[in-house]
Amino acid sequence: MRYEAPDTIKAAVGLLSKAKGTSRILAGGTDLLVQMRSGMIEPDLVVDIKSIPGMREIVAEKGGYRIGAAVSGAELEEHGKVGKMWPGVVEATNLIGSTQIQGRATMVGNLCNASPAADSVPAMIAAGATARVVGPKRTRDVPVEDIAKAPGKTSLAKGEFVASIFLPKAPARTGSAYLRFIPRTEMDIAVVGAGIALTVNAKGVITAAKVSLGAVAARALVVDACAKAIIGSSLDDEALDRLAAAASAAAKPISDKRGTVDFRIKVAGVLARRAAVIAYDRARG
Amino acid sequence: MPLDANTPDLRTEFKSVGTRPNRPDGVDKVTGRARFGADFALPGQLTGLILRSPHAHAKIKSIDTSAAEALPGVKAVITYKDIPEQEGCDKDVLVNIMARGTALYDGHAVAAVAAVDASVARKALKLIKVDYKVLKHVTDVDEAMKPDAPVLHPGRFDPVDFSTLENAAHVSGKEERKTATPAHSNIAGRYVFGHGDPDKGFKQADVIVEHEFKTEATHQGYIEPHACTASVSSDGMAELWVCTQGPFMVRDVCASLLGMDVSRLRVTPSEIGGGFGGKTTVFIEPVALALSRKAGKPVKVVMSRSEVFRATGPTSSASMWVKIGAKKDGTFVAADAVLKYQGGAFPGSPVEMGAMCAFACYDLKNVRIVGYDVVTNRPKQAAYRAPGAPMSAFAVEGVIGEIADKLGMDAIDIRLKNAAKEGTVSSYGPTFGPVGLVETLEAAKAHKNYKVKLGKNQGRGVASGFWFNFAGNTCVSINLNVDGTLALALGTVDIGGSRASMCLMAAEELGISYEDVRAVIADTSSLGYNDISEGSRVTFSSGLATIKAVRDLKVRMCGRAAKIWGIPEDAVKWENGAAHPAGSNAGNFPPLSIKEIAAQASATGGPLAGHYEINAEGAGPSFATHVCDVEVDPDTGAMKVLRYLVVQDAGKAIHPSYVEGQFQGGAVQGIGWVLNEEYFYGKDGTLQNAGFLDYRVPVCSDVPMIDTVIVEVPNPGHPYGVRGVGETSIVPPLACVANAVSSAIGVRARTLPMSPPRVLAALEGVAASKA
Amino acid sequence: MSAVHVSTNINGDDVEFVCRPDESLLDVLRDRLGMTGSKEGCGTGDCGACSVELDGRLVCSCLVMGAEVGGHKIETIEGMAQGDKLHPLQQKFLEHAALQCGICTPGFLVAARNLLERNNDPTETEVRYWLAGNLCRCTGYDKIVRAVLDTAKDMRKSAAKSSAKKPAAKKKAAPKKTAKKGARHAA
Repeated sequence: MRYEAPDTIKAAVGLLSKAKGTSRILAGGTDLLVQMRSGMIEPDLVVDIKSIPGMREIVAEKGGYRIGAAVSGAELEEHGKVGKMWPGVVEATNLIGSTQIQGRATMVGNLCNASPAADSVPAMIAAGATARVVGPKRTRDVPVEDIAKAPGKTSLAKGEFVASIFLPKAPARTGSAYLRFIPRTEMDIAVVGAGIALTVNAKGVITAAKVSLGAVAARALVVDACAKAIIGSSLDDEALDRLAAAASAAAKPISDKRGTVDFRIKVAGVLARRAAVIAYDRARG
Repeated sequence: MPLDANTPDLRTEFKSVGTRPNRPDGVDKVTGRARFGADFALPGQLTGLILRSPHAHAKIKSIDTSAAEALPGVKAVITYKDIPEQEGCDKDVLVNIMARGTALYDGHAVAAVAAVDASVARKALKLIKVDYKVLKHVTDVDEAMKPDAPVLHPGRFDPVDFSTLENAAHVSGKEERKTATPAHSNIAGRYVFGHGDPDKGFKQADVIVEHEFKTEATHQGYIEPHACTASVSSDGMAELWVCTQGPFMVRDVCASLLGMDVSRLRVTPSEIGGGFGGKTTVFIEPVALALSRKAGKPVKVVMSRSEVFRATGPTSSASMWVKIGAKKDGTFVAADAVLKYQGGAFPGSPVEMGAMCAFACYDLKNVRIVGYDVVTNRPKQAAYRAPGAPMSAFAVEGVIGEIADKLGMDAIDIRLKNAAKEGTVSSYGPTFGPVGLVETLEAAKAHKNYKVKLGKNQGRGVASGFWFNFAGNTCVSINLNVDGTLALALGTVDIGGSRASMCLMAAEELGISYEDVRAVIADTSSLGYNDISEGSRVTFSSGLATIKAVRDLKVRMCGRAAKIWGIPEDAVKWENGAAHPAGSNAGNFPPLSIKEIAAQASATGGPLAGHYEINAEGAGPSFATHVCDVEVDPDTGAMKVLRYLVVQDAGKAIHPSYVEGQFQGGAVQGIGWVLNEEYFYGKDGTLQNAGFLDYRVPVCSDVPMIDTVIVEVPNPGHPYGVRGVGETSIVPPLACVANAVSSAIGVRARTLPMSPPRVLAALEGVAASKA
Repeated sequence: MSAVHVSTNINGDDVEFVCRPDESLLDVLRDRLGMTGSKEGCGTGDCGACSVELDGRLVCSCLVMGAEVGGHKIETIEGMAQGDKLHPLQQKFLEHAALQCGICTPGFLVAARNLLERNNDPTETEVRYWLAGNLCRCTGYDKIVRAVLDTAKDMRKSAAKSSAKKPAAKKKAAPKKTAKKGARHAA
């Protein structure tokens, strides 16, 4: 195994493109080192991207924010402004692991680990985030929901990696939230996660919404039926019931050590409803 | 509390005992200097790693180690062939440390390597080729008792014809009993306790409650993985540094397994990073020794966390049936139980102790408990804090909670009505001496937590618990240093602050200051045999031996004073840290302090030391009552523990802070057991959650402060009245939390863990039945 | 496997070492540098016994590669006491009996110090969530939380004393990941 810490994207892409065998990106390392330790993967090359300029930065762009691939959850939180615009995304990212994990873990890592239970992913999807993918051929911006394909599998080609996440400018009167269910109060992987972003008009009627569910399918789901259930409403009880029913209907989970099918289906609805209430209150200020 | 007249030396007034000084090993532990199992290193040491079975049950057709042996940097590869069976060794332990022909559980050791570093050792493990033939497996206790279950040890355990036995319907299903009895079974033992006639007793009952219960296996979850460093010389002299609760046990067992004279093996215990019973046997120690013997170099073996979960000694899972009958006034008239515990791949589940503890809190005229010890394709269980007792208490205390509800009685009052007290003939045989259950119940009832008003979806639970407490073989030496300070050598590993307690008792007995005594845990060559630190025996047994060793030293010091003064030895007494003439007619001499006696030791006959060796008895049980408040989220089944109170009898709290610490730690382990901890097996019989991510021990934000009340009903078997306190605290929480949940939302959990999916499913079941 | 040469700073001292890329910072500290105060309880970031500070940030050293710490600053338990003077948290852990076996203690101390450097007036809930990545199996956490709260109280007292003489030290960003997580289920 080889460790490299290039200082340009080009050099990193070059290393990854030429590498034989398994290669992995190191940013926060909170998934990578666990997988190496368990023998799940044995990379021949590890490319540490933290020396590349911009990777640890958050910059304002077109009214939104571009977040470097190596920005940790703690750094994201301390930034303040991102959390003000997209509280759901920042809260979701801050739910990943302990204080110690927050010191290292990144949104991009959470995304590219391609776990269906990744906390930040439904929140990013709901916010309409895009991932900037750099690679040997071209740089492309990809909706976050198109990165993970299946557990542990991404749509990235050889030589490609995600260099940043872009969170667009939130429209006026937009609120976002992410809630997850875990058996303990901390330190668990989501049994179910629900991310939502919604926009209301001056009268409090929902004009736009995006809802994403985690841990109920092979990858985070975008549930249009959930959005439809509440658009045009003032999030009254009937709208919430429709939302919960749509979330439960969309959930196609499995039973495993973390939860059962029935539990995940039921709680997907409960969390979608609760997250919507928070997002709605935030949207109305 | 009246004291036994035969114990005139029972002290009731104390200077040092009952204070809360800083522990002697504290500074090393807060600075990172304390050396735990994995912190030892020897020059030239190799790294040892163990290859483990990926199958729950498989015939090992062949093991090819040649490629691993050929890898540069590999110094030894061993299989069972390198640990030949020795006459008189414990065969189950031998097979458990290294599979012989059959892998009996996921994680069972199959081979081991020693190499120059971890990287080479890992490569070498991958080069070992094991040809397995996968066999049918069984991990559930009820399944394992069925006639058609895969048999783990063909030819070893006779079949059981349940139809002739008590409560057969609760042992195995009716269908199974119709089938022909098989040639062999997985039932390794059967235990029966009780007295009176339960069948007659139930006829007097106004209310009878009976239910079946299941608990999943849990792990002690000590934060320090097993670790040891072994060094075997070519002349057969061996040293082992190891984290263990029982260095003498490790020495004797390893010597027996490896065919060594006990004198050849010296075991030095490290600081121990938690044990809770899980470090009372051997796993890696004989393997490390065998590797070192073959490699001719020191070998260090440290388990990974995943190995700890897969291949050490979790506790049993249990399937139980409990029936209790009561009169309208709450008096219990009969109790009956069947307990089935699986103990992993070998006999030895704690079902016997679970059976003895089940009804021990209550004064019962008609009681019967039948326990079955069953083998399954799981790691061989080891002790876990009050082994066997939390499960049976979960069932019994749950049934009592339901009876109280049915009778409209207060949960503490019904227990007070039936509580065991001095003179009660216990359900397992002996008659209790002075015990403190009633006192714990009264203190719990008087506590402010019992009066807090509860809100919506909140509930309160109560449960009591019992643990025998062990005593056993103990040997202590106390040496007087030249300056009058003392070196106290103990043979019981300090798992929870016992050195502080021993120093307090020695200081108390001598009338000197706590700081003047330094306690060390001796290696196995420096002290006589000591039993394992288990069964809450240390503060009792080593405390007793410390006090008696000090008394021995005091006699010798008085003798030296007598010599100096030229008066008879029996004319000298010891008081306040000095020898005094026993009375005015003994002579008028100024007292000789311990420092003065120490300074003159050489001139008066040589070094001064006190010793005491005993196979102690009279440990005195400890009872507890817990009260817990919970809040349940009815939409998700999530539970929050709002308040938790532990009231327990300590006899005499030597260092109250560490007594409270035992209460609090046991309670939180119990909370973990009831809420989220479980061994989760896949269909293939492999463990699915072998890590702290998915084996969910409580984290700091999961629990509230744990309130404690120390009750002190002195134990006449100890000079200061001490009772062990380490274990009882884990007995009540399972039922206590379950009873609280029942009070909050009307759902009675009878299967543990009460994880949110189970609670939610139960809630929906209740809702459906109401609809 | 090609070894990596690393120059770093640990507890204020410049340190150089060579390690394989598959070695974690924890492996390096323990096995190459003899600093065994940081403990391995899990190797997967789930127990916190290996907690250290990396450039002032609390991390699990088992989830940091040894190879990547060149040019960074590391603080471990070994650097917590100044000479023979214990850090106030170390002293309070002793006084409150906030340790039993002691294996988790270094990690708790490093994590708690990191908290109090950011926020010397945490609530009990904030302390519990901040320390949720540090497992303790002996104490039930009660005495640990009390020791941290008591240390914070003393720190505020001495800060108040010194601020009477000079302008108040500016508080670092307070940890916010607390109350909102506690309220999650009630949301």
